[in-house]
Amino acid sequence: MQIAARPATGGTILDITGDIDLAHSPTVRKALLLEIREKKTPKVFLNLEKVRYIDSSGIASLVEGLKASRDQGSRLILYGLSKSVREVMELSRLQKIFEIHESEAQALGS
Amino acid sequence: MRGERLEKNCGKLAGARGNRPGLLLKLELESNPEALCLVRATIERAAEVLEFPEADTRAIVRSVDEALANVIRHAYGGKAGLPIEVRCNRVLAKSNRAGARGLEILLEDEGDPQKPSEFKGRRLDEVRPGGLGLHFIRQSMDVVEFSRKKGKNQLRLVKYRSPAEQLPGSQGE
Repeated sequence: MQIAARPATGGTILDITGDIDLAHSPTVRKALLLEIREKKTPKVFLNLEKVRYIDSSGIASLVEGLKASRDQGSRLILYGLSKSVREVMELSRLQKIFEIHESEAQALGS
Repeated sequence: MRGERLEKNCGKLAGARGNRPGLLLKLELESNPEALCLVRATIERAAEVLEFPEADTRAIVRSVDEALANVIRHAYGGKAGLPIEVRCNRVLAKSNRAGARGLEILLEDEGDPQKPSEFKGRRLDEVRPGGLGLHFIRQSMDVVEFSRKKGKNQLRLVKYRSPAEQLPGSQGE
């Protein structure tokens, strides 16, 4: 799994490529908390277009990022969810808790 | 060519010759999170070969992955290099689903005894990290049974294909 950061309007986009599972969710958590808590980025966009699989530990990392962003008064915005990732969000009943958009253009315009 | 041969051989598993209940595959791995992606790929292919629909295939893969993650985290306390066995069997349902074909997955580890009565997923209306893995498994599989046998934890997972998806000619026990 790889994470690359790039600047975006009002924030940073984190492009994730690969599976977010037990082996890699700590890396996602670290990258999210770096942006949210340390860099205090007002909007963190998580590009999940190239994420084929996420497990419960990955979801836990996203929830932790969401809580940190709420504490900071910033926003965590997800987009490009695959069918598999969307399914896991629905199973967790978190699809309405997170701010989720279909595409990068929609996410950036939100 | 190699891919075609593989397809042909795998096709036999799903075809008439392969309808009998029995062992499909056995994996021996170590409690290393990096191994999970290999198991997911293998289980996905096995479910596809048995002609499970895509959504069911994803559900089976998710359940096995979450179960293995639980073994690594809880039974083995995060220690790497400890043994886990995964066996996949083709099964036929007996009781109210008589004749339904399914995939049984048995996971065994030698970790600390687990107490199923103490397994608690989090309430879904709570927004907090953790506690979701078992919920995913229970939501996804038809049978989820924990046991302790000969000093090993065993988890038995079964997913049946719905009757509409059965191939003609399949028979129950």
